[in-house]
Amino acid sequence: MRWKRRRLLYRSWKRRNDLTRVSKKDIPSQGVLVFATLRNEMLRLPHWLDHYRALGVSHFLVVDNGSDDGSTAFLAEQPDVSLWSTHHSYKAARFGVDWLTCLQHRYGRERWCLTVDADEVLIYPESNTRDLNALTAHLDAQNRRAFGCLMLDLYPKGPVGQARYKAGDDPMTVLRWFDADNYRARRHEVFGNLWIQGGVRDRLFFGSRPERAPTLNKTPLVKWQRGYVYVTSTHQILPRDLNDVFDLGEGGRVSGVLLHTKFLPNIGEKSHEELSRAQHFENSDLYAPYYAALIDDPDLWCDASVAYTGPDQLIDLGLMSRGNW
Amino acid sequence: MSVGVVILVHTALNRAEQVIRHWSEAGCPVVIHVDKNVPRATYDAFVSSLSDVPDVLFSKRHRCEWGTWGIVAASQSASALMLKSFPDVRHVYLASGSCLPLRPVKDLQRYLEQRPRTDFIESATTADVPWTQGGLDFERFTLRFPFSWRKQRFLFDRYVEFQRRLKIYRRVPDGIVPHMGSQWWCLTRQTLSAILDDPERPVYDRYFKRVWIPDESYFQTLVRLYSQNIESRSLTLSKFDYQGKPHIFYDDHLQLLRRSDCFVARKIWPHADRLYDHFLNEENPLKGAEPNPGKIDRIFSKAVERRTRGRAGLFMQSRLPRPGHENGFTSASYSVFEGFTELFEDFEPWLARITGTRVHGHLYAKDRVHFEGEQKTFSGALCDNAKLRDHHAQLFLINLVWNTRGERQCFQFGPTDTQFASWDLAKDPNAQISVISGAWAIPLFQSNRNFSDIRAEAAELQRIESEHINALRSPYAKARVRVWTLADFIETPMEALQTVLDEMRAKNLRHVTEAPKMADLSGFGQFLQNLKNQGMHPYLMGDFPADSAPTNDRPTRRRPYLVR
Repeated sequence: MRWKRRRLLYRSWKRRNDLTRVSKKDIPSQGVLVFATLRNEMLRLPHWLDHYRALGVSHFLVVDNGSDDGSTAFLAEQPDVSLWSTHHSYKAARFGVDWLTCLQHRYGRERWCLTVDADEVLIYPESNTRDLNALTAHLDAQNRRAFGCLMLDLYPKGPVGQARYKAGDDPMTVLRWFDADNYRARRHEVFGNLWIQGGVRDRLFFGSRPERAPTLNKTPLVKWQRGYVYVTSTHQILPRDLNDVFDLGEGGRVSGVLLHTKFLPNIGEKSHEELSRAQHFENSDLYAPYYAALIDDPDLWCDASVAYTGPDQLIDLGLMSRGNW
Repeated sequence: MSVGVVILVHTALNRAEQVIRHWSEAGCPVVIHVDKNVPRATYDAFVSSLSDVPDVLFSKRHRCEWGTWGIVAASQSASALMLKSFPDVRHVYLASGSCLPLRPVKDLQRYLEQRPRTDFIESATTADVPWTQGGLDFERFTLRFPFSWRKQRFLFDRYVEFQRRLKIYRRVPDGIVPHMGSQWWCLTRQTLSAILDDPERPVYDRYFKRVWIPDESYFQTLVRLYSQNIESRSLTLSKFDYQGKPHIFYDDHLQLLRRSDCFVARKIWPHADRLYDHFLNEENPLKGAEPNPGKIDRIFSKAVERRTRGRAGLFMQSRLPRPGHENGFTSASYSVFEGFTELFEDFEPWLARITGTRVHGHLYAKDRVHFEGEQKTFSGALCDNAKLRDHHAQLFLINLVWNTRGERQCFQFGPTDTQFASWDLAKDPNAQISVISGAWAIPLFQSNRNFSDIRAEAAELQRIESEHINALRSPYAKARVRVWTLADFIETPMEALQTVLDEMRAKNLRHVTEAPKMADLSGFGQFLQNLKNQGMHPYLMGDFPADSAPTNDRPTRRRPYLVR
């Protein structure tokens, strides 16, 4: 495991020259940092930035992977965003993880680092009133260095391409629905992390190959140290003890939810693009039917879907927990 | 000017300043102790920022580290200064920089004026109260603790072990009985000065310097020597989690804190603007009521329970109990019926009608999940795909029961289904399992198939069911299990059904009058005999009487005449 970690670190070190700095602002010495890689996310970015600003994030460090829809310019003019850009292969950089590891190594030391995609909206118990600094202070007091989240796919009622959404709106007004509890959790044998599958994509697209269904557990919030490295996306992290974000006994720890706004109306064109670029996942071919299904403008809603109302609802449903916070 | 406030400050100085101004405006003299760990420059800025506030003094600074003598020394020198400089002060209130007054200071002053001789300090003997966290209770007073628990944990633990092994114990000074309690107190001038001016104080100080967490025991013990009237409770509301760390109050606790009627609360999150705004800047009514932290107590003890016990029957992102540590595999009781749908033709609708519960078909059927009414997705968006279900058969059941909390679930199970959950059902105390063993033969009996196929399948089903019944009868099984053989069951079917229903304790359950329709079993005995004759001995259905031995002569029966 240690060698694997070193290999991953070496890999990202090799990619350090991939990135060119577009704009760098002063990074405050206190507070949570957000790290993200993105491409053509103009639709989501305004709300995404607002959401994390409201949670008290102190700075954003973003890698832009060749956007051509104006995301680059938009991000460059934000006062609290430092932007790097690259045209190298997303896949060759382990889906952007190598790039972010470089940045985290450099700027994230001994700080709470939140690694999220542009389609992930973090919520946690009482996130309407308590900011991220309160959460990290609590985790510090509990001697925790990592915070686990479930990724919850939100979807609209009716065909996904038909929903009306414009940039800056709250995506939760369009993507109101989710699958309440059809998640399968087990422990990953190699990395010791929790491995959760399920949700709407599993229900509709992976019925014949459940083992291929998307992984939904994430460890996005980590008090970073040099030498830490994410393995695949933010699902797994090394060293292994950082994956220990859940209780194996009967108790429950505090955890959050990443609301996944993948199914905004532009999912069809995005899938089309991803399919042709073949930059996602190890076996891009295996996922071709899945992307094809998404391009077909499916209706993800079913009778048992639940409408999202807020963090308290997710706590009641058992999708996240307060622990003793 | 009856109440003086001693405030121990170490972080969030701007909030402390706000609170100090609030106390001072209400006419309370304040003595401030600032932790020596705070840098000199910060300290100076803090002092000058408070220079315009009247009746504020700064006491000698000590280094305060959690669990050490420094905090006691700080309270000693600050309260001594208070008593010396403000002769009018009758009660001294010890607070921290993260404490927030919840009621108008006038209210507190009036409350204490009415109780001029009462000392408010939580003080209990260690022998009687199991408050302590971390395994050290009386040993706090009998061992030495020269090492810091936070910074030198290894040495701390080793030294404790060492003393235990060599049985080195300290003697408690004569005349005192160790007591413990919350470190935030409110004492009268008489009691406090008696403690501080005691001729024996050097002895006590020397002793308590090596006690663990002396701030929770020094005053609590000595107050027993002098006080005439102890109210053993703290006027400061503070809650602790299962590790003994204080809970923090945030903006969302505003209503709770308001209704608690406590005078002071800690610890307040420094960025809880709404709390500080509400309690310091707004006019709050004088209540004159007794503090009533009952509701807050309940909420926080629930939080502690949630952290340590979790929510039964919930598997999620931050809770994945290993087998045997679940505190409840599932969250509610449910009923499993095996062999009933085979024996009764309309069992499912009948059961739903009689008990008013949710009755599913074979949830673990091999082709798909048979939810009630053959729905494609059920509560929680569980879907009827058998592959997804079998990918984690246990969690399928756990999720199903969790999603339908408040409504009892019944489902059918049998040897024709996938058996991944067989042991989990047997081990779950929430399961009520009723089995008619051998009923799987009835569909075979009714089927129109070649006898050799039937024979092979019967053998397989019998093997599976007997394995399942072994699980139900194993010493690990915790489910409430009832097993009838088919032969026993059909002798008194109504009685057996009634027992099962009674056990379910379903609401509005009348005495069962209407029976479900039983399948036609004439010829079944013979069918079993045929299996036996082929060398496959079906034993799970019990002794089923073969109707009659097969004879060669056909029963002659005349066709009835049709008369028009």
